[in-house]
Amino acid sequence: MNTPVQEFLRRATEKSSDLVHRNTIQKNIDSYDLAVTRGKGRFADWEAARARCSEIKADAVEHLASYLEQFEARIQSRGAQVFWAETADDARDYVAGLAASRGVKTVVKVKSMVTEEIHLSGALEKDGIAVWETDLGEYIVQLRNEPPYHIVTPAMHLTRIQIAELFREKIPSEMRGEEPPELVAAARRALRKAFFSAEMGISGANFLVADAGMVAISTNEGNGRLSTSIPRIHVVVTGIEKIVPRLTDLGVLWPTLATAGTGQPITTYSTLIGGPRQPGEVDGPEELHVILLDNGRSQILASPEHREILKCIRCGACLNVCPVYRQIGGHAYGTTYQGPIGSVLTPNLKPAEGFGHLSYASSLCSACGTVCPVKIDLPHQLLLNRRDAVTHSDQPGTRFAFRLFQWTAMSSRRFRVMGWLSRKALSVAKFLGLPGSSLDPMWPWTKYRSLPEVPAQSFRSWWRSNGHQ
Amino acid sequence: MPKIVALFVPCFVDQLQPRVAIDTVKVLRRIGYRVEYPEDQTCCGQPAFNTGFWDTAKACAERFVRIFSGHELIVCPSGSCTSMVKKHYPELLEDSPLHNDAVAVGQRVHELSQFLVRVANVTDVGASFAHSVTYHPSCHATRELGISEEPIALLQKVRGLELRSLPRDADCCGFGGTFSTKFAMISAAMGDTKAGNIEATKAEYVTSLDTSCLIHLGGILDHTKRAAKPIHLASILATEAQ
Repeated sequence: MNTPVQEFLRRATEKSSDLVHRNTIQKNIDSYDLAVTRGKGRFADWEAARARCSEIKADAVEHLASYLEQFEARIQSRGAQVFWAETADDARDYVAGLAASRGVKTVVKVKSMVTEEIHLSGALEKDGIAVWETDLGEYIVQLRNEPPYHIVTPAMHLTRIQIAELFREKIPSEMRGEEPPELVAAARRALRKAFFSAEMGISGANFLVADAGMVAISTNEGNGRLSTSIPRIHVVVTGIEKIVPRLTDLGVLWPTLATAGTGQPITTYSTLIGGPRQPGEVDGPEELHVILLDNGRSQILASPEHREILKCIRCGACLNVCPVYRQIGGHAYGTTYQGPIGSVLTPNLKPAEGFGHLSYASSLCSACGTVCPVKIDLPHQLLLNRRDAVTHSDQPGTRFAFRLFQWTAMSSRRFRVMGWLSRKALSVAKFLGLPGSSLDPMWPWTKYRSLPEVPAQSFRSWWRSNGHQ
Repeated sequence: MPKIVALFVPCFVDQLQPRVAIDTVKVLRRIGYRVEYPEDQTCCGQPAFNTGFWDTAKACAERFVRIFSGHELIVCPSGSCTSMVKKHYPELLEDSPLHNDAVAVGQRVHELSQFLVRVANVTDVGASFAHSVTYHPSCHATRELGISEEPIALLQKVRGLELRSLPRDADCCGFGGTFSTKFAMISAAMGDTKAGNIEATKAEYVTSLDTSCLIHLGGILDHTKRAAKPIHLASILATEAQ
């Protein structure tokens, strides 16, 4: 069994040399980029919206416990049941137990990264329950038996042709043609049956509104409303960091989330759920369960330095702008959350599981920090994670290298000698024809790049003879 | 009395690309500055800082602050190393007795193009370079120092130079320090995408404020048999009118 870092290197090597994959993903992201640029132009002041969203989420995170308790009390008063799940196991056991006790055979799911995080579908399927992803992109990756490729657009890596092939194989009886509208219609026909047979609908939450005691869900396909209103039972699984203080906060959060993620002015269906069916109402689920998942989040909350990570509203903007994501794509990370936010979040969410390398798999270009709609300083978080990785793990080789580096840098005389030795070594290696050969000590560099000419003298020795004019 | 600047030369420029620093001296002298080079300087500590070895980075930072504290104006031909001092030293030396000195030194250190345009108020340095050039805005210069117009203003005043705009110019070239060898395959793919965009401009040269990007990009361009050559902005500015 390979370690996460070995797996990452293997997949990154494969994906970064796959030009077809690279072109597909870059072309798909470019079309989002255009829409996002147009979308930002619709704001009177995009930067002011970012600043406001950042303040709202910072306030929410700083007072997380009291806002959550407010949310809990209000939604309970309308008959919802709230379960605080400390771990992924707790959350899965609760849902599985509920499904068993209510005789659930079919579940329809609204796209939710938290349910991916706790691997909920697999657990339910093991109990013999049919689980249907109802977001088109999620449905496609589910049919392919793959995890989502991107936190917002899960099937971003696929072309229309690949999707048509998949549908021909998996749902041949629903197929009437292979143009995009016909593919959408085929999925719709397949999913309609599920919506009306499911006893349980499972969703995540985009926001939990404390003062209203409501769950806010944004979808583009209407699948969210069908999944949360037709089945008898609605289960919300959500991270505790999704809380926001006031209903009025959605006035800026909804459009900012939609624009940052896809360039839309607002997501097509913005749904607020305040409880199960109330006396006198004719529709809606009989039961509403809200699972507030911790799963490592309170550890992040406990760290004043890392706490801002919890402001994330999962818009996907940092993935789209990330030049690393644009080369290797979402599956290479091997994590639920990909791209810069995933590289920042995962090592803190699961410190013991060996994802520290992700914080190093970045050129620190800072592009992510400029697009984040809640102004998380992602580049700084990557640096903090690197510092933490050094503090908490043994890297004897690297540690020795930096001891030597420090010894060298603390004296200009030693620096001069080491610089001279390095240049001589480089010249000798070049003279012997080592670069590119099997004996090349600079192989990680020279495998992909030529070496520059080695100068005869350093600047400092030039200065000694030419500097004093 | 001549105006005086102290030169902060990135360690790898000193050892591997001295031409960039020599050309920086030339440009600064040409516009009337006396250039000093504090010879005790070595490295600003960025490689250690970015790798997570903050103790080592701190030792480098304190040493740097002591060496440069007495200098009123400090110029560096690198966006990345300038940003290390300006942006990261204050945090790194938060609990150091040298913290206030670090903040003060940070305010006095300027990246070359920013120094020329904003401090010396010069855009025409008398250079002449009759070639087509495209400009790669390096990440730390752009996003950490907020440099955008300065290098363009300087390039537009170079006699004979034809400036060509680079598609997706703000994308990282993929160097990223130790990232370039630790995750060489990703770094190279990013470089290859950038090199493709450079090639599309058909420019003879690609220029930048950062030698690190240029060593990496030059290596990729040569390795993938693309014609464009890397050249630091200082080396374009150091050319002289015939």
